[in-house]
Amino acid sequence: MPTTRSFTSIWEYDLLEQILIQTINGIVVGMILALVASGLTLIFGIMDVVNFAHGELFMLGAYVGVVTLATLVVAALGAAIHVTTLRPLLGRDPLNTILVTFGVSLVLQNYALWQFGPVARKINEPFVGHFNLFYLEYPWYRLMIALLSAAIIGALWLFLKYSTYGVWIRATTQDRVMAQAMGIPVPRLLTLVFAIGSGMAAASGVLFGPLVGVNHAMGLDWVLKAFIVVVVGGMGNLVGSIAAAIFISLTESYASLWVSPSQAIIVSFVVLILTLLLRPTGLFVPTPK
Amino acid sequence: MSTGAHTEPLVRVEDIHTYYGKSHILHGVSLEVGHGEIVGLLGRNGVGKSTTLKAIMGLVHPTRGEVLLESQSVGHLPAHRVARLGIGYVPEDRRIFRLLTVSENLRTGLDGRGVSEARKKELLDMVFDYFPVLAERRSQAGGTLSGGEQQMLAIARVMMLEPKIILLDEPTEGLMPRMVSQIRHIIHVLRREGVAVLLVEQNVPLTLEASERVYFMEKGQVRHQAVASELHADHEVVHKYLGV
Repeated sequence: MPTTRSFTSIWEYDLLEQILIQTINGIVVGMILALVASGLTLIFGIMDVVNFAHGELFMLGAYVGVVTLATLVVAALGAAIHVTTLRPLLGRDPLNTILVTFGVSLVLQNYALWQFGPVARKINEPFVGHFNLFYLEYPWYRLMIALLSAAIIGALWLFLKYSTYGVWIRATTQDRVMAQAMGIPVPRLLTLVFAIGSGMAAASGVLFGPLVGVNHAMGLDWVLKAFIVVVVGGMGNLVGSIAAAIFISLTESYASLWVSPSQAIIVSFVVLILTLLLRPTGLFVPTPK
Repeated sequence: MSTGAHTEPLVRVEDIHTYYGKSHILHGVSLEVGHGEIVGLLGRNGVGKSTTLKAIMGLVHPTRGEVLLESQSVGHLPAHRVARLGIGYVPEDRRIFRLLTVSENLRTGLDGRGVSEARKKELLDMVFDYFPVLAERRSQAGGTLSGGEQQMLAIARVMMLEPKIILLDEPTEGLMPRMVSQIRHIIHVLRREGVAVLLVEQNVPLTLEASERVYFMEKGQVRHQAVASELHADHEVVHKYLGV
């Protein structure tokens, strides 16, 4: 994050100011990560599918560049991917779905390479205003990202809590067989969830695009981090994932006060490893029975 | 409702065979349930009673034979289609959606079927009338209910589908003895509502008392049927198929 500071001058400013700035940065990136991870965890929770193509859906969204359009187009693409590649595997070993989504990710990545070329594309921020935050001119756009992500996650929560499909999704996540016996059209519902997850990945891609530019391989970083978040938050646990996204992002932000941001990602892996060792069901879930 | 008004049985199972992996579970099961009829299915553990119910529900697909609902073949349909056609299923372990509230559990069967708001309210009023405790606990998570309450919820939930028949798998299992009379009451409620029941149960006196007819299963087949009122728990037929 080049706008936040230069590496050599960390102690020139007040540490408290640094920490506040990194807190805001951490929350902004954490909200995007939460958006990516909540789609991933929703999909995992209901169909035990580890979606390796999630990062590529994020990348495609970033190329489309307009939130509503990207969400709709990529959601439709997600539905098509589900119907053609995952639905036929229903009831098979989860390993098959890993291979399939990995294959889909390669196809999408190479499609983007072929279509858009290898050079990273700069995407302009939709608005360029800044406000003063201590010694920085902080872009309003970043705050917008956090707010929009929060709004989308909030909308998802309301949808899951109150709508018919939301109740069906939660029921099916808990007991797929019983859900079917209650007349819930499970195959159609799984396609819908995959589409929603894909659309959310695309929306986060659009929001993130202007921060660092867009290229065909950008999905990998994000899917990696989103996986860490999903594990740390407790596989399939939506609230846990959101908490974990903010937590990991903040930890990385604070760590990058002392080390470079590319080294700070090590912190995430440390958190992941500690979680797997000490609390494999996730940090942000009640103590398992 | 009596069986007299209908010439065809409500559900007819014709010579179904099922496999679980390589093991042959049902070896040609045939049975019938009439409209509004309560039918018991008895047999020792592992003879295929639960599998028979699953096959009727579409949760297990028979490799041979037919399941007919009002003469329409349903044996090849996915379970959610079978449910919408009027077969309700209450599994052995009740399988309440534990993290959903009581109301949400009921909604799973109520929504998305094109039922009018007025009818939804009627159905909810009906089950809350029969099971007032569910009304009291409507905002409570299903997993926090007692075993007996969960059994009521499982049955209330399936009644939201307005089924023609309910497949009831061991409803008294794991319940305290005083809850058994509650189950008797529930079956009575279903009979009054004109819903047919296919009851799998270990409790022989309860089954004989609640049912009009009973089938006895052995080794994946129906071996005998009888009018329930002509049997009692000590009858030689009961001993033959259930005795140890």
